[in-house]
Amino acid sequence: MKVLMFGWEFPPYTTGGLGTHCYNLTRALSGRNVKVTFVMPKVSGGVSHNFVKIVHADDAKFIEIASGLTPYVSSIAGHYTPGKEGASSLYGSDFFEKVNQYTECASVAVMKEECDVIHCHDWMTFPAGIRVKKDKGKPLVITVHSTEYDRNPVSPNQWISHIEWEGMYNADRIIAVSEYMKARIIERFKVPASKIEIVYNAVEASEYAGSRLRFGTGEKIVLFLGRLALQKGPDYFLRAAKLVIEKEKKTRFIIVGTGNMLPELIDQCIELGISENVIFAGYQESIKEYYKMADVYVMPSVSEPFGITALEAIASGTPVIISKQSGVSELIMHCLKVDFWDVKEMANKILGVLRYAPLKREMEMNSYAEISNINWDVIAEKTVKVYASVGV
Amino acid sequence: MPAVCFYFQVHQPIRLRKYTAFDIGKNEEYFDDERNRFFLERASRKCYMPTNAKLLELMEKYDGKFKVTFSLSGIFIEQLEKFFPDVLESFRKLVDSGCAEIMNETYYHSLAYMISREEFRDQVDMHRRKIKSVFGVRPKVFRNTEAMYNNDVAKVVHEMGYNGIVAEGLDHALEWRSPNYLYKAKGSDIPVFLRNYKLSDDIAFRFSTRDWREWPLTADKFATWLSSSNGELVNLFMDYETFGEHQWTETGIFDFLHHLPEECFRHGNVKFMTLSEALANFRPVGEFDVHNLSSWADVHRDVSAWLENSMQSNAFNEIKSLEEKIRKSGNRNLIDTWRKLQTSDNFYYMCTKWFADGDVHKYFNHYDTPYDAYMNYMNVIADIKNRLQARSRRRA
Repeated sequence: MKVLMFGWEFPPYTTGGLGTHCYNLTRALSGRNVKVTFVMPKVSGGVSHNFVKIVHADDAKFIEIASGLTPYVSSIAGHYTPGKEGASSLYGSDFFEKVNQYTECASVAVMKEECDVIHCHDWMTFPAGIRVKKDKGKPLVITVHSTEYDRNPVSPNQWISHIEWEGMYNADRIIAVSEYMKARIIERFKVPASKIEIVYNAVEASEYAGSRLRFGTGEKIVLFLGRLALQKGPDYFLRAAKLVIEKEKKTRFIIVGTGNMLPELIDQCIELGISENVIFAGYQESIKEYYKMADVYVMPSVSEPFGITALEAIASGTPVIISKQSGVSELIMHCLKVDFWDVKEMANKILGVLRYAPLKREMEMNSYAEISNINWDVIAEKTVKVYASVGV
Repeated sequence: MPAVCFYFQVHQPIRLRKYTAFDIGKNEEYFDDERNRFFLERASRKCYMPTNAKLLELMEKYDGKFKVTFSLSGIFIEQLEKFFPDVLESFRKLVDSGCAEIMNETYYHSLAYMISREEFRDQVDMHRRKIKSVFGVRPKVFRNTEAMYNNDVAKVVHEMGYNGIVAEGLDHALEWRSPNYLYKAKGSDIPVFLRNYKLSDDIAFRFSTRDWREWPLTADKFATWLSSSNGELVNLFMDYETFGEHQWTETGIFDFLHHLPEECFRHGNVKFMTLSEALANFRPVGEFDVHNLSSWADVHRDVSAWLENSMQSNAFNEIKSLEEKIRKSGNRNLIDTWRKLQTSDNFYYMCTKWFADGDVHKYFNHYDTPYDAYMNYMNVIADIKNRLQARSRRRA
């Protein structure tokens, strides 16, 4: 089976979870005898050499497109690369032009590539996928990791949401990363449910192996890790922090990640009078240490199609409190769930985990056991089934 | 000629309200009347009222030949008195008919046996008094919470003056022997009734299971099984909520119940007995030897559903360690609260074993997760500890 896969980033050049997703998916697919040709924008630096070497998947082939695409800030924690206009802009200034350029270059670059199915990840690659589908007459599968309505709940960009709709309309099958995502796709884009398959994300637990870390001061650590944007709910996190600190003064709240809300979050800390207990750690290359240091990981997202950070925290041996408005909450039972807006309950749950050692222990142990079945091979298997469903 | 002994367990816990870290030190209301009323109303409507009516009808129809035994927890009776006295009245009618017998148990459907001997006796005495005052009877047979049983439980219960006790028909203790006889507890002279778990669970769990090869289970089929059973008595012990709540009306459970006596009598060799009648008619045929605490729950038939994981044992140790202080306080409200916290259901809510399977227990469990259940429970304990501390400070 040959797959022509369109993405825009691939390790080590990732700014978000999408690159990691594509890396793990293509690697797992190669283990199932699926040959993937991966099409991505050109990145400065010696990319193609690195890819083959890093991926260890000799049969995965990478085609670079000279479009210099500046990736948008993706949903994954902390990985943030500002566009030219800096942290205030979610997308690079000449971003839209570059999406068009990518579409042009990509469709030309793959003219001679043979494939059985075309697979696109998120909106930026949809126009290319649609065009190549028409050129080659092969079925199109798209994975929707998030929609514009999730990333920009307040002022969604209509041009982008229209591209998303076009992708969904032209796709033969849509992969949604959760029931939650599926429901939102149906609601927002009026796509028939029968066209959508759910394939969750996974985490390689072994990548988070290793011993736990201690925070120097001996304080209890509550971790937030994600882009500082409305979608991720960092403001709710701080309001919960205020309530927790009233009860347990020796608690430290660490915020890893950056984003356009940073200045107002700092102001919020001052207003709440909790600056002493909150650390803004900024963007971090290595997030593993933070997970391993935390007594509890909180993901208070307002709208989270999946929420891979919850799995990363669990793999690191950290109990998690996650927003009910997330895809991952469908998958993980051994965690605490809370409505993002219910700040008091969020604080109550944080206090419970911090105060009652057996609670922490049981959650760590049981959630870790729970994710042992959630691996990329299962994801690849399900993805192959989706390919098969479009007649491949 | 096998005797059939039906015993139905009737119980509803007094559930805790949502009690957060922010309630500690501020709120002494731990229980949720509204929620308890909700569960009780639903169970009354779906199970207690229609099943009681059906049983009464059958008892009258067969002229006293159809009999059953009940055990009603003290806190169940207490809640009926408070919210639905007419339902309690319908239980009373059954007892008054002479065809329904009542057993004793711990008042709070609790783990009191594991708290202390004194606590266990106190709660059994409370139950004895309650049953006496509500039904005017003095039970002879005892069942411990969730049929928790070992040689020592039997001994203690015997010393308290009971003539019989209920236990699970454990394969490992029976070995090659049949549960369809009376046995004698090892180390004491009390007869033991052993639950025939196969036939009991055919009704309680498998009745509506469509991929069970015996589905649909009809009254005549089941009567044939009973009639051809070996031994002297078949003990069909189950939760009363089997009728109408675990097995919904639509499954045909009430039709099954309606036709069962008739089908049994058709065979000529089946007779219904209460447990004390069985005591009068049969002698123990052998010894039943159980060391570790067993129960009738789940597949493990041990106490792991209540006391296995570290949250459960921590919560239990906390409640246990408060005994002396609570007793010393002499405060009736505190003692009552402390005992309600011993109710087994509180610990069942914290069980992590079956939770991820999203099974039937969800229907009766108001917590999102076992973690929420534990946290809530521990917050209440924290408040009680505060109150105890404040009292001792005041005294000093």
